[in-house]
This record gives sequence, C-alpha cells and structure tokens, in this order.
Amino acid sequence: MVNGINLALQFLDSFAFIVLAAAGLAIIFGIMGVINLAHGEFILIGAYTATLAVTQLDLPLVVAMLVGGLITGLFGVLTERVIISGAWPNYVSQRTLGRDIIEPLYDRLADSMVATFGLSLILTQGARIRFGNSINQIATPFGAISYGSFSYSTYRIVLAGVSIGLLLATYYLFTRTDFGMRARATIQDKETAQAMGVNTDRMYMLTFGIGSALAGLTGALFAPVISMQPTLGDQFLVEAFVAVVVGGPSVVLGTALSGGVLGAILATFSNLYGTFIGRIALLVAALIALRFLPEGITGFLEQVRKRRQESE
Amino acid sequence: MSDTETESDVDSLGPNVRQTAAELATGDRTETLLQTDGLVKQFGGFTATDDVDFSVAEGELRCLIGPNGAGKSTLLNLITGTYEASDGSIYYNGHDITDLDPHERVSRGISMKFQVPSVYGDLSVRENVRLPVQQFADGEERRRLVAEAIEAAGLTGYEDVDAGQLSHGQQQQLEIGMAAALEPDLLLLDEPVAGLDVAEREAIAERITRLNEEQGIAFVVIEHDTDFVASIAEEVTVLHNGEVFREGPVEEIESDPEVQRIYLGGES
Repeated sequence: MVNGINLALQFLDSFAFIVLAAAGLAIIFGIMGVINLAHGEFILIGAYTATLAVTQLDLPLVVAMLVGGLITGLFGVLTERVIISGAWPNYVSQRTLGRDIIEPLYDRLADSMVATFGLSLILTQGARIRFGNSINQIATPFGAISYGSFSYSTYRIVLAGVSIGLLLATYYLFTRTDFGMRARATIQDKETAQAMGVNTDRMYMLTFGIGSALAGLTGALFAPVISMQPTLGDQFLVEAFVAVVVGGPSVVLGTALSGGVLGAILATFSNLYGTFIGRIALLVAALIALRFLPEGITGFLEQVRKRRQESE
Repeated sequence: MSDTETESDVDSLGPNVRQTAAELATGDRTETLLQTDGLVKQFGGFTATDDVDFSVAEGELRCLIGPNGAGKSTLLNLITGTYEASDGSIYYNGHDITDLDPHERVSRGISMKFQVPSVYGDLSVRENVRLPVQQFADGEERRRLVAEAIEAAGLTGYEDVDAGQLSHGQQQQLEIGMAAALEPDLLLLDEPVAGLDVAEREAIAERITRLNEEQGIAFVVIEHDTDFVASIAEEVTVLHNGEVFREGPVEEIESDPEVQRIYLGGES
C-alpha cells in the first residue's frame, strides 16, 4: 500500500518535472523551429530571480516566482530580437551599412543550436562571475504529508498540480484564443499566415517570450528544491530534450503524453533500482521511441488519424 | 512588328510597348490603385523581374500571362511583400509601400491567394476562414462574416471538416474565400484554376467576376489557360524574361504573333 502510494507520488513528481522542464523548449521548438540550447540557463534565470527576489527583496514566494517567470520572458524577447530574429541588429545595420547582418534563425536547427549554445555559456559564466558558485536557497514551503512511516513533501504535490494547470493553460492559449489561431497558422505556413494579415514577426517574438517565461517559471518553481548554482539548468536538459523528441510535433499534447509515458518509466525504474538506473531507462526509452516512432508520439497518432480518414 | 524578328529586336521593343501601355493607363476611366516603378528582383545572379512598370486601376480585372519563368509569381510576391524588392518601388493608393511588411500591406487592402493550395489542412474550414476574419472582426460580426464567407465558397455543411479533406476545387474556393474575407481592394490570384475540371473552372470564373462586379475588388490573376483568361479579363499584361512584354486588351494580345512565339519558344 505504502509502496503503491510511493510509486504514484513518484510518478506525479516525475511527470511534473518532465512537463515543466520541457514545456518552454517544446513551444519554441515546435513553433519556431529553434532548438534553444540556452533553455537550461533560462531556467537558471527564473530560479535565481525568484530566489533573489525572496532573499534580497523580501517578496512573498508566489510573487517572486511570477517575477522570475516574467523577467525570463522579457529576457527571452530580448534574445529573440537580438539573436534569433536579428531584428534589432538589422535595424541598426540597415541604417548604417544598408543591409541586414543577421539572417533569422527560424527553422535553422543546427545554426540555432550553435547560437544558443554560445548564449548558454555566456549566461552560465556570467552567473558564476556575478553570484559566485552558489547562492542562498529559499526554504521549501508547505511542510510534508505522512502516511505511517512514509513522509512526502507537500510542495512536490503542488508542483504536479501546477504542471497540469500550466499544460491546460497552454492548451487553452494555443487552441481557443485568437493568439493561438495565429500561432498555429504561422507554424503551418508562414507565407499564407502573412497573406491572411498575421504579423508573423510579432508571433515569433511573443512565442519565444512565452516559451522563455515558462522556462523561467519552471526554474522559479523548482528553486526551493534544487541547489542554486550556475549549472542548475543542466539537470533539466536531458528530460526536456527527451520529452520534446518523444512527444513529437504537437506541442501541448506531445508534452503531456511524453510527460506521462516517460514519467511512468522514470518513476518505476527509479523506485525499483534507484535514480541512476531511472535516468538510464529514460534514455533507453527515448532511443526505442526514436527507432519506432521517429515522428514522436503525436506524429504517430497523426499518421493513424490520417490513415483512418483516408480509409473511410 | 513581324514574327520574323530576332530576340534582340524583341528586347528593343520593350520600352515602346511600355509607353503605349502607360498612355492607355492615363486615358483610363478610373484611378490607379497599384503601380510598380522599375521593380527588380534578383535571386543571387538570376534576375526574376527586371525593371517592371506594372499598374492596376481601381476595380480592374487584369490577367498576367507569360511563359514559365517569366517572373509572374515573383511579381505578385513582390507586391504582397513576401519577397523584398532588390530595386524599384511599389505604390498603392498613392503611398509608397515598398518597405512595408506583408501583414501591413494586407491591412491596407492587398490580399493574395498563392499558387500552391495553401489552406490549412489540419484546421477545419471554419477555422481557416476565421483566421482572416479575426484580424478585424469580433463576436457576432465575426460569426456572421465567417458564415458568409463559407457560404460564398459553396462550403456550407463542411464547416467542421478539416480543409485537407476537401477536394482540390473546394480548397481553391476556400482559399479565394479566405483572401476575399479580408475585404481587400486588390486581390492577387496565382493560377486559381490550375488542375481543376471544366465545371470547377467555370465556378471559379463566375466567383471572380462576381467579386469584381459586386464588391469592386480589383484583381490580378495569373493564368495560362487562354479560354479562362478571355472569360474573365478585359486587360492582359504579358511578362517575358522578367520584363513587361506586351499590355493590352485580351483579343489583341491573343492574336499577337510575338506573344504566341514566346509561348511556343518558352515551353519546351
């Protein structure tokens, strides 16, 4: 019984971690064709901002976390304008050199990886120079719940709830709002979206900002339970990338499904054989998924759906 | 102007022909809606359009013809802003729009239907039409305009069907409906009847004529099929090697031996 609850809680924990780690990355990759290798450092910005907002400015925890997400979102917009779209440098170069100096990195996977990897190094080292090898952590709120001899952090259950809430909010945003309509149109066919009057440039900027804000919020949410050091983003990266690859093209559904599947694998193997084997099982699962479902879970579902419609 | 002229002679005719066209335009009944001035587009070393002066009057229905690679699609993409001009200017309603983004040109009243059917296959018919309508209408007005656009496209009853499931002809109708739903003053259509059967062609021709006459929308239509061109347009512009080769009434262009020659020479 206790073991069953333990496993269920561990699943919720893994699910929340994978979904939160992957959400921002998945949105930016799915909609803009940009692989953001600085994703871990965006998480770092959110975590540090929230932590410093609590320890230095005495802001309430929830406010500090929202500030962490907001600041990271704004930093994401800045990154998009300067590095990804090159809109700001090009604005200056058009007026001085008479030509663009940056070709936008949309749908240029390898190029976007190199550029954001550079950004990642700068941010990690920048944090190390400015704040040292670690900063003071904020305490984990809410205490713990216990069943007999077994005790579990309430905050981790809150995280699971928040991750489901964020998934639902993201789903609503991309399927039920005018913004989501424009975003999906932009993903599927940029030229036609423009012909329909959509400002695709602005869509990319906002999308990158939203993806970054989610990464920042992830960092802020996990700030009380992970150690505050400049490389803290790295521990999110493996799960994030595996989830995006396994999830496939549909951003929200893919993240939710791969969070569920991979969360179950991670929880089961971690529970049985320890965290190390759990992570290995995660990677093996990703390899198997890539071999048999190269388009990811949602790509596979989409194929099945198309085939069924054709046979009707 | 005999059909024995050499290639270089034909080139030298260019400016004269254009002058004639300009004279025609000034004597026209209505105001100029669109005017390109020395429009050049280069892709690397290849010049797709070369010094093109092209104009469309308000409410006019003009066809754009020419052999493959003549620069027709490039010209439309320059007008919409999908391509950035290498040189020259584009004026719309008297304003220089050369440096505007595509969506800004849309909001000024230029709308386009691309050559490749580019409805959103994974979105429903209703969602496809909602996209242009939501740019300027909300609530009840939005619902009404979406329903009207679907009806005009002859797709009532297909609202919740994925656009990718529609027939080719229905997709073309839907896409014209999406472009028209933006309530433009100028609608650019790139081969709207390519790959359609006779009945579907007639339906599209009728739709274009109706939009032109009832809503006063000016059209530029790229089309190869001379019967189709004759059925909708009065005026035709012929592009050849990226330059304006001829402009004039349909009958005149159709019977022009030089035009026939470039078409036969251009298609291998």
